[in-house]
Amino acid sequence: MRGSSRTDHRRGRLLWIGLAAPGAIWLLVLFVLPFYAMLSVAGGGINAFFQTSVPIWNPLHWSTANLSMVWSNIVGSGAFIGPAMLRTLIYTGIAALLSLAIAYPVAYFVSRYAGRRKALYLVLLIAPFWVSYMMRMLAWIDLLQQGGFFNKALSSVGLPGNTDWLGGKSVTVILGLVYGYIPYLILVLYAGLDRIDGSLLDAARDLGLSRWRTFWRVTVPLSKPTIIAGTFITVLPMIGDYYTNQLMSAAPGTTMIGNVIEGQLEAAGQTGQGAVLSLMLLIVLLIPMIYYVISTARASREYA
Amino acid sequence: MASVIGEPVSAPAAGAVIERRRRPLGNPWRRPWGLEGFTVLYIAWSILPIAVAVLFSFNKGASQATWQGFSTKWYVGGWIQSVANNPELHQAVIQTLRLAGLTTVICVPIGVAFAIGIDRWRGRTSGGLNIVMIFSFVIPELLLAVALFMLVTQLLTFIALGTTAEVAGLVVWNLSWPAIIVRARLVTIGKTYEEAAADLGASQLGAIRRVLMPMLMPAIFASTVLVFASTIDDFVIVEQVSSTAATQPMSVLIYSNVHGGLQGPALNALATIMLFFSLVVAVIGYVAYRWMTRGERKAGATEALTSIAGM
Repeated sequence: MRGSSRTDHRRGRLLWIGLAAPGAIWLLVLFVLPFYAMLSVAGGGINAFFQTSVPIWNPLHWSTANLSMVWSNIVGSGAFIGPAMLRTLIYTGIAALLSLAIAYPVAYFVSRYAGRRKALYLVLLIAPFWVSYMMRMLAWIDLLQQGGFFNKALSSVGLPGNTDWLGGKSVTVILGLVYGYIPYLILVLYAGLDRIDGSLLDAARDLGLSRWRTFWRVTVPLSKPTIIAGTFITVLPMIGDYYTNQLMSAAPGTTMIGNVIEGQLEAAGQTGQGAVLSLMLLIVLLIPMIYYVISTARASREYA
Repeated sequence: MASVIGEPVSAPAAGAVIERRRRPLGNPWRRPWGLEGFTVLYIAWSILPIAVAVLFSFNKGASQATWQGFSTKWYVGGWIQSVANNPELHQAVIQTLRLAGLTTVICVPIGVAFAIGIDRWRGRTSGGLNIVMIFSFVIPELLLAVALFMLVTQLLTFIALGTTAEVAGLVVWNLSWPAIIVRARLVTIGKTYEEAAADLGASQLGAIRRVLMPMLMPAIFASTVLVFASTIDDFVIVEQVSSTAATQPMSVLIYSNVHGGLQGPALNALATIMLFFSLVVAVIGYVAYRWMTRGERKAGATEALTSIAGM
């Protein structure tokens, strides 16, 4: 009896391993291994004749040539990567704060006060999620072009209506980032705010707190983990974004780190530097990513 | 501060409190018009630009800003710049659907199996794999795309740039949808049903097939909708590992033509077609999800809406 249950157990274990195997192999070969390839390219050299990168597969032989070249472009004279890094920080910082300032009231309203119209509001909030990113950018390009509606609207109220909004304006890039990623933030915030137990808010009100103070003393502290998770979910892709910037400006004056990496991959002989820069970005982003992974794992353990 | 609730409790005030709390929706306070106005403004800002872009795909002229009369010539016109007649444009439509179909068919089954396997096979290896999976969910897509490009051009060169590499990359990028959603559902289901099935004589595989799978169906379905829709929308991975123009889906074509190249309402028409596909998937997803969860306690319009959006 006992032996058979042990073989059952072992067979069960094999079944679980078998079920997990295809996904696990896919993840290891196409998610983990690619970063080894990236390391090998970053630590590799260049074929001087073809201007192609020559990866070095043995970690013991990795060279720092690409690293030092990237480093001189970050801090050296005429460096262009350093400013792009700073710009990335500023743009995503402003965009994240703006997104939060817009998304929180909206998510709060729909989760708490929408009443019978909740489903309708939710449909409208989720709608952009189902519209492709490229189309949403294209829509703004249509509006912001020189003869476009936005300039027409400006001139109709007496303001100068011939601004080239798409010609390298930081405002336009930040607007593009906010517009692009805010639907995800709103959904995360909505899900979090919707889970807050209404009776806690009733209790605060019954104990004499005004609506405003209930919001600040109860709702905001309870939604703090959601705010953090939502901010990560929007900031991480914003930092790696190059296409929004390219579509909204395409000017060197607004270059972000993603554009630098993208440019290096396209330029002859700079693939190795692109790999170094990608790895640097990855290392910086590991901190928020690990935080997110740990908090997710903890949340799922609490459910269990 | 001088609200009724804040005053010393006298009998009628207490009655009023109870009366208010009994109202549905837990909303005993006046409607916050300021917040509602803000929400409406946000929604207008988020949707009107798209509506304008769709409108101009039906423009008679070549402008994206001046309305010159209604026409469907950018879709089916008998000239080279319509989606139907421009080989590049309709090739992109076909490639998008091909990638979405292939990715979904591969990604969802292995993702669901992965979730079940990881959840039941408790150990250090499964814990590690789970963490790798969550990392694949939060990593910026550009970093994965660049790494994938280096993998298929330098190491695993048998994976050809183009459709093969695109599907391989899209599967790994989307694997976390079914894995996370199904796993969350498994955690709420618990082990009791499987144990009951085992007590009644079902084999382990039988219990999964006959008991667990039906209960997981809504989660599997929601993740199918998400994988399909996010593959239609995908840009970064596909752009990095596509090869010739024939392997470029709609998103890449729109991106590379916005500044120069094919211009005018044909791009809007292409984007509108993408929008149409996504909306069809969303509506099918919503209706089917409501149908699948019809007997459940938690089921409702809002739950279905958030589920098919991955929340």
